[in-house]
Amino acid sequence: MSYDEWFRTDRLPHIYCAGCGNGTIINCTLAAVDQMGWKKEDTVFVSGIGCSSRAPGYILTDSLHTTHGRALAFATGVKMAKPAFNVVVFTGDGDLAAIGGNHFIHACRRNIDMTVVCMNNQIYGMTGGQGSPTTPLKCLSSTTPYGCAEPPFDLCELATAAGANYVARWTSYHVKELEKAVKVGLETPGFSFIEVLVQCPTAFGRRNKFRQVADHVEFLKSHSLLKAKRDRLIDQGQPVPEDMFVVGEITKRNRPAMGVKP
Amino acid sequence: MTRTEFWQGNTACAEGALAAGCTFFGGYPITPSTEVAELMAAKLPKKGGIFIQMEDEIASMASIIGASWTGARAMTATSGPGFSLMMENIGFAVMTETPCVVVNVQRGGPSTGQPTMSAQGDMMQVRFGSHGDIAIIALSPATVQEMFELTVKAFNHADKYRVPVFLMADETVGHMREKILVPDSVEKIGRKPFVPGNPPFKVTDPDLIPGFPTFGTGQHVHVTGLTHDERGYPAATNPPLHAALVKRLVDKIENARDEMADYDIVNPEAEQVFVAYGGPVRTVMQVMHDKKDKNVGFLRIRTVWPFPEKALLEFKNAKRFLVPEMNLGQIAREIERHVTVPVVPIPKLGGELHTPAELAAVLEEKA
Ligand SMILES: Cc1ncc(C[n+]2csc(CCOP(=O)(O)OP(=O)(O)O)c2C)c(N)n1
Ligand code: SF4
Ligand SMILES: [Mg+2]
Repeated sequence: MSYDEWFRTDRLPHIYCAGCGNGTIINCTLAAVDQMGWKKEDTVFVSGIGCSSRAPGYILTDSLHTTHGRALAFATGVKMAKPAFNVVVFTGDGDLAAIGGNHFIHACRRNIDMTVVCMNNQIYGMTGGQGSPTTPLKCLSSTTPYGCAEPPFDLCELATAAGANYVARWTSYHVKELEKAVKVGLETPGFSFIEVLVQCPTAFGRRNKFRQVADHVEFLKSHSLLKAKRDRLIDQGQPVPEDMFVVGEITKRNRPAMGVKP
Repeated sequence: MTRTEFWQGNTACAEGALAAGCTFFGGYPITPSTEVAELMAAKLPKKGGIFIQMEDEIASMASIIGASWTGARAMTATSGPGFSLMMENIGFAVMTETPCVVVNVQRGGPSTGQPTMSAQGDMMQVRFGSHGDIAIIALSPATVQEMFELTVKAFNHADKYRVPVFLMADETVGHMREKILVPDSVEKIGRKPFVPGNPPFKVTDPDLIPGFPTFGTGQHVHVTGLTHDERGYPAATNPPLHAALVKRLVDKIENARDEMADYDIVNPEAEQVFVAYGGPVRTVMQVMHDKKDKNVGFLRIRTVWPFPEKALLEFKNAKRFLVPEMNLGQIAREIERHVTVPVVPIPKLGGELHTPAELAAVLEEKA
């Protein structure tokens, strides 16, 4: 099977803007899912509300497109009631970390067996570009017209502190690495969290000096700091550049988990 | 066969759920409903079911909807503050036609109000509380026996009509202990099977209810709270489609109101007629017993929503409908819509039942 077979072709054209990075993330995720050899009828995609959360609507499995922020609570019901299912959640930075923040930390704590892919465009895309809990300081959005004054969340640190078994961060530039990370997430029992920094030309790029999509992707590439490299810098007592973000496998462990396949 | 028990109302509710085959409970503790969750926590795991204490009532409601799509009979229990938090996902269950049961053991509101006292203040919230035009089913028990029986019925209605069904109890009935006859087994009406090949939300039957395409059966169904077409795909900017969908979701419940009507009539020739549901039923029964007056009638309602308006017309000589409620007259207002004679609300706030003397005094008042 190729991962094309996981798409609902009768739903095309999709709603994403030209240059949106979400399609890349969906492709990488489905490539990893396809490698797992999972049956479609045993696989459920769940999401909340947002551009990112529209993804399950394009995937040919049972899919549950729920309410804003609540995807993980719905997914918990699905997975606990039927541990034999493979459950994958698509979410956005607003969906997961603002309105859904409480469900996020509790799903990590329970370490419930599912894989969550967060398309972090650092903005509320669907509602036209308002600030989110991951909008970087000083960035412009329609609700931070003078620059964001709130420090952002580090979603991976949050997931790690709350108890997720597997945590990784990549960007829409790192397609091979992302595909691999999702695969490891799918294979790891317990809660797997993959954050993907992704370009949103319409709601974020336009306001924040990324005139071309390629400029933003280039920024994501050049500002990624491999975790191993970051750790080395710290070991050597050298400063970690402040404008860079860590990518790579951040956490992998084997805490007690819930809803694991029989 | 039945056996006799001496149970608390909340125990009877949980036992009714277990008898009905409930295999998933997601909830959050709140007085005066907590005993339902505690009993489910003790018993479900031993029967191979799942009990999960969620992080709040928003998540509780979400979890039972998720579980329901796997085919489970799923339930939660709460009271006012938690019920308010459930509203958005209740609307999601209505829009996605997800069978589930929500128990609300009502306490005094607004807000945190009276955690340990009785009330019926959520009767309009259950009907209209979630945004948009919706229709739901609500049942109100007046005895421990009915806590059991109506919980079973709630699961059957939920599966049959593909809608959230509410057991609108009150603290009085939830915490009261009395004799109950527990049957060995109960009737279970399952979900209408899905006919493969059909679009998942296509309706061909006159009851307007589509078959249920359980997750995991290879139907690849897309479930969304957005306005959707027969395939389940979003179609949120199509005006006629939206109108037809919402109309069908409401009609499938409203059209079945006679079928679902559940009430008792005492003294249909009477001129003065009590109408009650839940806790106040008990006080009315006492007054009826004390008076033994053919001119005092009683309509005892178990299915409150959809409201069984035809039952009111059976009192042909009625000059007044007297409606004791532990709220400021929520169902009295509904009754007013259906009759031409005066409707007298008998509100009681504070957390206690009306006394028989209070109701008897209203009977003596000049119409
Ligand atoms: C309860 C609720 N509040 C607000 C909204 C409006 N809303 C829709 S999408 C969205 C933000 C989505 O942001 P994010 O999760 O980052 O997704 P993106 O569109 O950026 O992928 C908001 C606030 C809603 N649908 N429901
Ligand atoms: S608004 Fe942004 S996230 Fe949404 S589809 Fe457009 S580019 Fe993608
Ligand atoms: Mg976003």
